[in-house]
Amino acid sequence: MKRIGVFICWCGSNIAGTVDIDKVAAAAGTMNGVVYVDQNKYTCSEIGQAMIKDAIKEYKLDRVVIAACSPRMHENTFRKTVESAGLNPYYLEIANIREQCSWVHKDKEAGTAKAISLIRTAVAKAAMNEALFAVEMPITRRALVIGGGIAGIQAALDIADTGFEVDLVEREPSLGGRMAQLDKTFPTLDCSACILTPKMVDVAQHEKIRLFTYAEVEKVEGYLGNFTVTIRHRARSVDLQKCTGCGECLAKCPAKVASEFEEGLVQRRAIYTPFPQAVPNKPAIDRAHCRFFTTGKCKVCQKVCPADAIDYEMEDRLLTNGYGAIVVATGFDTHKLNDYGEYAYGKHPDVLTSLEFERLLNASGPTGGKILRPSDGKAPKTVAFIQCVGSRDKAKGNSYCAKICCMYTAKHAILLSEKVPGSKAFVFYIDVRTAGKDYEEFYTRAYEECGASYIKGNVSKVFPEGEKLLVRGVDVLSGALVELLVDMVVLAVSVDARADAKELAKKLAVTVNEHKFFTEAHPKLRPVDTQTAGIFLAGVCQGPKDIPETVAQASAAAVKVAAIFSKQSLLSNPTVAEVEQKLCSGDMSCMAVCPYGAISEQVVEERRGREMVTRKIARVNVALCQGCGACTVACRPGAINLKGFTNQQILAEVDAICL
Amino acid sequence: MKITTDKVNSNLVREVEEVSGQKVSACFQCGKCSGGCPVVLTMDVLPHQVLRYAQLGLVDELLHCKTLWICASCQTCDSRCPRNVDIPKVIEALRLLVLRNKGGNYLHPNDLSEKVRRNAPQQGLVSAFRKFAK
Repeated sequence: MKRIGVFICWCGSNIAGTVDIDKVAAAAGTMNGVVYVDQNKYTCSEIGQAMIKDAIKEYKLDRVVIAACSPRMHENTFRKTVESAGLNPYYLEIANIREQCSWVHKDKEAGTAKAISLIRTAVAKAAMNEALFAVEMPITRRALVIGGGIAGIQAALDIADTGFEVDLVEREPSLGGRMAQLDKTFPTLDCSACILTPKMVDVAQHEKIRLFTYAEVEKVEGYLGNFTVTIRHRARSVDLQKCTGCGECLAKCPAKVASEFEEGLVQRRAIYTPFPQAVPNKPAIDRAHCRFFTTGKCKVCQKVCPADAIDYEMEDRLLTNGYGAIVVATGFDTHKLNDYGEYAYGKHPDVLTSLEFERLLNASGPTGGKILRPSDGKAPKTVAFIQCVGSRDKAKGNSYCAKICCMYTAKHAILLSEKVPGSKAFVFYIDVRTAGKDYEEFYTRAYEECGASYIKGNVSKVFPEGEKLLVRGVDVLSGALVELLVDMVVLAVSVDARADAKELAKKLAVTVNEHKFFTEAHPKLRPVDTQTAGIFLAGVCQGPKDIPETVAQASAAAVKVAAIFSKQSLLSNPTVAEVEQKLCSGDMSCMAVCPYGAISEQVVEERRGREMVTRKIARVNVALCQGCGACTVACRPGAINLKGFTNQQILAEVDAICL
Repeated sequence: MKITTDKVNSNLVREVEEVSGQKVSACFQCGKCSGGCPVVLTMDVLPHQVLRYAQLGLVDELLHCKTLWICASCQTCDSRCPRNVDIPKVIEALRLLVLRNKGGNYLHPNDLSEKVRRNAPQQGLVSAFRKFAK
């Protein structure tokens, strides 16, 4: 007979408010095998844990049931408590009487009855718990960073500075990401490129970092400490070893296409480096638009290249590497404005998105940093800035606030007043949100010192009116209708998750939320982790954020990676599937359902009567198995059991509820 | 006009939400409805203010305003509202509240001849009962 101790937590009033603890304790005392029952206001506190340890020793407990919050909250804490008292940590069982009982019920009587039921099942299972032991696994001490924007750059540099190897994969021909497109950064107005490009160069020159541009993640296998990742190195058609970056080819290429980096405001060539400070500062051929690849004739770039670096025969290469941890830093897309006909975007050239306006501000942009109307090249005297375009819009945009638009619109208003003397900015807003260090002061500067007029009210319609644009709205505060003739309209576009975020999530076996942003393991306490061990998040791919927050998260992700790599070895999760050789029929249904590829065939030799026969059975790779239990359900002879959740244990729980 | 706890706690918001099927509390006062309304110049209470009054329980002001009878239900506001509030439906609900408070229909179905009752479109009959009551 097992000696089981039951510890019931009040969790302040979280549990005690809806569950009669004394009644539960009395009922627990009568359960089979229970020799000790105790209750505590906060079992997770140091005192609460000490009481458990003392009770284990004093009453010679060999199984422990803790009735408290969800095991996802404190199971690890309590396993350590039990272990420090000399028991195997897997002798612990948790009855979740908070999330699955007190928090979701109001009726105290029913809540109490349910708590008793939950504890009875936990006691029944605890009696059958067996000692489980973790296995040590080696670690591949090389990190993969996906995405070469400021998030990926910072994460890669921080990991590399701790002395571990990093591979950085960027889809575009150059590092830089969104931050490279920006002109100035709020709230200090320092030049974005001036603070970013040194970091880009650092990445290229760091001895611990291998940079793969024009490359994408193709396939991810494995687990924490031992991921195997296949990277597609897209055919750049330019040999990076030979190319000197002289730029001869860029000038001569006859094929033109809208520049992604310049947000389509100007054209680039089919052979191109995205921007002047690109790293590596060597071109790639965009085969979809290259005259040679589309028509079979041209080869001008090859003729003019003095280094013989152009290689039309180059093919995509798939290279596979091992990694111990992965940082995802894939950034964002700006919101598409197809559903916002009322703002005349795409119908009038002087209606711009904020990122397009950003390029007009930039000294290396299409106008050399002068704010000029795309329609006639004149400087705009009045500009209407419309905020929340595609944000906070349940009807046809994103329901969430994109967080950065209030600040960058204030920045645009300030820069407009500096660059076009005598100009006037009108900012249409719903709410202005400027929480952040020195942010409110920056916003104040826009309307106090730089003359921006803030109008509370969303613009309803923009009409082209001759050379100008008529902006119609209402000032909600005064109730006055607003009709402004302006020279330019700038739309503060919302921030979307990358269009292909879901596909990457699938490859990585991590989750995304309803807006396709990657989901963190815990919104407050584990904002950098994903639910998949060893995969971390940095930057806007996890949710809208500004540059300081992105950099902070990237550095946090780097520390998480370094923490893994600085361990001697990793301990495996012992709650994995186990095949009983005698029962396994070898039909391999389990292999088909395993999402982690952890089950393979194994040939075994068995004595059958007088002769030895060989046959195949299933084998579980304990390092790959994540303990999901899918195989145990698929197995018809019932040969697979999940350790810690065996069929017998589950049945005991069911019996405890039903009988 | 004064906002008081009694008014804010009045049943108006609930009643309007029930009759219109719209969530009045969803409005965050961006004013996009008023900015684009083609008949707004003749209104005494602007569309976004109708929503605000309703949220605050300013019953009298709402039920006596001209706006209710000016709104043409053209749906321009509805098509642009970022909060999915069908404002014409809210205004229609307020019109109904006014009419119901007045009591008495302009027409009673029993007063109509058999021929009219059978052949007139249902919607026409219903609006005849109510709208002529103004």
